[in-house]
Amino acid sequence: MKKQLNVSAIKQGTVIDHIPSTALFKVISILKLDHCKDMVTFGNNLDSKVMDGKAIIKVENRFFKDKEINKIALVAPHAKLNTIKDYEVVGKYVVEIPDEIQDIARCFNPKCITNHENIDTYFEVISKSPVALKCRYCEKITHQDQMEIK
Amino acid sequence: MNAKNLISITDFSKEEYLRIMDLAADFEANPDQRLLDGKVVATLFFEPSTRTRLSFETAINRLGGEIIGFTDSSSSSVTKGETLHDTIKMVSNYADLIVMRHPLEGSARYASEVSNVPVINAGDGANQHPTQTLLDLYSIVKTQGSLNDINLFMVGDLKYGRTVHSLLMAMSHFENPIFNFIAPPELAMPNEYKLYLRSKGMRYFEHTEFTDIINEADIIYMTRVQKERFPDPVDYEKVKNVYILRNKMLKHTKDNMRILHPLPRVNEIHTDVDSNPKAYYFDQARNGVYTRMAIIAHLLNLK
Ligand SMILES: [Zn+2]
Repeated sequence: MKKQLNVSAIKQGTVIDHIPSTALFKVISILKLDHCKDMVTFGNNLDSKVMDGKAIIKVENRFFKDKEINKIALVAPHAKLNTIKDYEVVGKYVVEIPDEIQDIARCFNPKCITNHENIDTYFEVISKSPVALKCRYCEKITHQDQMEIK
Repeated sequence: MNAKNLISITDFSKEEYLRIMDLAADFEANPDQRLLDGKVVATLFFEPSTRTRLSFETAINRLGGEIIGFTDSSSSSVTKGETLHDTIKMVSNYADLIVMRHPLEGSARYASEVSNVPVINAGDGANQHPTQTLLDLYSIVKTQGSLNDINLFMVGDLKYGRTVHSLLMAMSHFENPIFNFIAPPELAMPNEYKLYLRSKGMRYFEHTEFTDIINEADIIYMTRVQKERFPDPVDYEKVKNVYILRNKMLKHTKDNMRILHPLPRVNEIHTDVDSNPKAYYFDQARNGVYTRMAIIAHLLNLK
């Protein structure tokens, strides 16, 4: 049986696969694809053998730096990237949680200044699995189950 | 933006602790050094803390500096919705140094990023109060002659007491400390600090009873056990008298032993202890002035 394409192929750019459906719009916002001039197509709630419902994003003419793409690791820890040139996959990459997280997660501490004033959050990643983030400001540790994306 | 700040006790190295101790001793021996002549220090107390403010203001006055500032945000522009960012931006254009107390945790670190002049954290919520820790260290070195080989007993609320956590972190820089924790199970020392000590190969012992084990102590550091910390008031009733230090308990303690307390106390040190020469908490408060003079001189490179 012929495999059906849910999202059209791209000539060159990046395909981000294995995004949890619930995280699609967070990924779009973290990578600022909502302000991107290039063509962006996405599919959501696609069938997947390994996930409960996945999303995929294709960005024409964009090639992300590791540092840039790792920003999505907190919301899409299993995301895979394929870079495409002339309709061919020329590179594969798996996201990795970076050592520092800027302005993506919220500090769990209700008394933290970052939850009261409009300032960027900064965390040092003190554990990657399970995720534990130390707030630069209040010095408290936000654990994976307490994590909220901004 | 490269100003030197004191936000967290972990900002200072062991060498800096020792330098502060030396400077504090120098100011104690010779308190009238008008190193802040012509300089303005802002004391921004977004919540009232009379003891800490008086101690800082005494230190600034003794150094010959001028003070501007406010206490309690209800009387300042802050209540009109001005952000901390804007308050700090404005004040750092007026003053050479900012001393700040704020109820929100992390506010001091943030202020130091916004300010053009050094910031001293005089307490940010339950997070840090590093000048208290430095005056505690100064009190220990003054009474024991060294910060090495100290058998330190910490008593009371070890779960929420930020002063004991900071003191533990600071003391772990020195040689061969022994930590003894005396607390009810509900207020025991958090695991992260015990893990930290274990990772450094340092000894600690935990006790729930306040008994003659204190005869081993070089320093007994008392803290308040607050009723509000207990979800069940019955549990508080069970412990409330167990953790009160009384004069008769001091009979067989070591001659060099001294009792510290960050003050104010409620009833955890019976007043019959006050006249015992081992009671050191009021001297400790006076040491705070010299220590704060030392911190200011260090941050502003005046010495
Ligand atoms: Zn925080």
